[in-house]
Amino acid sequence: MTALPMIEIKNVDKVFGNFRALDTLNASIGEGEFFSLLGPSGCGKTTLLRMIGGFDEPTSGTILIGGKSMAGIPPNLRPTNMVFQSYAIFPHLNVFENIAYGLKRLRLGREEEESRVSQALAQVELTGLGPRMGNQLSGGQRQRVALARALVMRPKVLLLDEPLSALDKNLREQMQVELRHLQRQIGITFVLVTHDQYEALSMSDRIAVMFSGQIAQIAEPKEIYQNPATRQVADFLGGMNFLTASDVAVNGKGFKAALPGFGAISGHLSGKAISDPAQAIIGIRPERLRIVWEGETADPMISGKVVDRNYFGEVTSLVVAIEGQAEHVSIVETNDFGADDIPVGSDIRITYDPDAFVIMQG
Amino acid sequence: MATASAFSYGKEQHLDPSAPTLPGVRTAREAPVMRFMRSEAGKGWLTISPPLLYAVLLLIGPIIVIVANSFWSQDYLTIDRTFTLENYKAALTEPIYRDLLMRSLFVSVTVAFVTVILAYPVAWFVSFHGGRYKGLWLFIITVPFWSGYLLRILSWKVILGYKGVLNSGLLYLGVITEPLSTLIYNVNAVIITLAHSWAAFAILPLFVSLEKLDRSLLEAAADLGDGPVRRFLRITLPLTMPGIIAALMIVMIPTVGDYVTPKLVGGKDGVMIANAIQVQFGKASNWPLGAALAVSTMVIVSLLAGAIVLMLAGIKRLLK
Repeated sequence: MTALPMIEIKNVDKVFGNFRALDTLNASIGEGEFFSLLGPSGCGKTTLLRMIGGFDEPTSGTILIGGKSMAGIPPNLRPTNMVFQSYAIFPHLNVFENIAYGLKRLRLGREEEESRVSQALAQVELTGLGPRMGNQLSGGQRQRVALARALVMRPKVLLLDEPLSALDKNLREQMQVELRHLQRQIGITFVLVTHDQYEALSMSDRIAVMFSGQIAQIAEPKEIYQNPATRQVADFLGGMNFLTASDVAVNGKGFKAALPGFGAISGHLSGKAISDPAQAIIGIRPERLRIVWEGETADPMISGKVVDRNYFGEVTSLVVAIEGQAEHVSIVETNDFGADDIPVGSDIRITYDPDAFVIMQG
Repeated sequence: MATASAFSYGKEQHLDPSAPTLPGVRTAREAPVMRFMRSEAGKGWLTISPPLLYAVLLLIGPIIVIVANSFWSQDYLTIDRTFTLENYKAALTEPIYRDLLMRSLFVSVTVAFVTVILAYPVAWFVSFHGGRYKGLWLFIITVPFWSGYLLRILSWKVILGYKGVLNSGLLYLGVITEPLSTLIYNVNAVIITLAHSWAAFAILPLFVSLEKLDRSLLEAAADLGDGPVRRFLRITLPLTMPGIIAALMIVMIPTVGDYVTPKLVGGKDGVMIANAIQVQFGKASNWPLGAALAVSTMVIVSLLAGAIVLMLAGIKRLLK
């Protein structure tokens, strides 16, 4: 990543009573990076974000921002600003006053303050909404005001606590694109907390996937999706067929194995360490298995029987029983060739890239 | 069952012979009163009607009697029902009543502000740091109210009296050489006693408004650079202003009319308007003058309360 780390998280622990919320976390977030903390609710991602913002203190370990230790420094003295999950729009102030809230203390003078607020309003496309009261805004507008209120402070780091979870699907997708553009445009570090894997994949430079207080993997979105470190990560990032292979052999950067029903397969390790190959799990994403249509042929090619079919509009998911393989596998096929017309019970042929398999420690 | 359906069928036919009947649509026309009673608004009125009746009979009724009396005059035992403004002239111009009214207003406003200023930190502590013992804290706050009002005032007599707890304590510690005679039987004693008596009534509305304060707003203010004092002035204070106003009014309005406390701890200098009103309705036996005093006080207190509400609303707008 970028040469300069903006945020360094070193051996951070957080203990509430006898519950270990965060367990020895280590991460480094670069300057100008869009970094996501992804995980199910209760995994500790919000706790970590609040610690970066100064709303919680680590039980042990240190957090450095811009090379300085943040131990004991309250939120008002940190170079971070936060977009809260509830947006926390001040109900007794209008939009302009909400955005100008943090500027008041800086005593910039009326003109400078007004120009910065209107610039922020333009950035989030709310020009003209200044006099509207905080409690007269729609969800999307509140989200934009919260964003403008934080950005107007020109922080080094912007913290976003599930900022899009309260919006409907279309608005959420639109805001994902806008947030990404905004981040590229202003070039500061964004740390986003989300439980939505698509949000994390589409917006981030890098993602940290967290489960029960631990970081399972930190990598770029493509790497996280294609080469998950653990079964949990693979499962959280969308569908994955988990299969048990025999004769797993790890050598250097790759592995080979024999998979019942599939034959000899291989794949890449990408820096992962597989300590116990005998206990390893082999996975393949459903979309990496393709149907071989009638009149076509492929190598490798295996056959199976459709046992279930789920229609999702643009794609269809087929559950297939493959000859010689005890586990049913699922295949996702786009509907432009007629995958949605394959009846349950029919025999189909399947091909795949023998290199598309991933190996994970169970 | 059969009779019921036959009856309702017959009723519809009987009530609505001409209306075009749509299949499946209720066409029975009810009396307007019945229809109103079934509506949401009607149910609401029905629900509040017992207390409404009670309020009309026991609150508005006596007020009408008082207002009517204030325009009459009394000669020994007979009431002369000719309209006169003499009572108001006396109530508003005679120095004794003017002084008593001013003192009452001063005492009640002072008590209200002192009580709210002392109650706010208590309410704040319970709301922000009460944790899971909030209920217990509120319970403890109400404990003094288990004893009677008179007992609480009399206990202040014990504390503030010439040979009271405070004087003996100060004597024992050597702070003073002889008992202070300025502790009791003056306006200060009335203010102290009333402020204590009304504390819980101020703490509760303040506690409720602090509970309603969204904690993430305080975090957002901290995030935007405000330290604790600015957070309080810019977020907590304006957003709990409704509670502050409620607490001030709850304390101020009844204390204007209090006559027991001034009688017991106020002495000669602590007499308030309510004592004068009481005398007019009792020993002096001049109901019309007492009524005029009561109505004047009511109107002036309402105006003062309105002015305080407007002032605080103005302050709230300034806190940005």
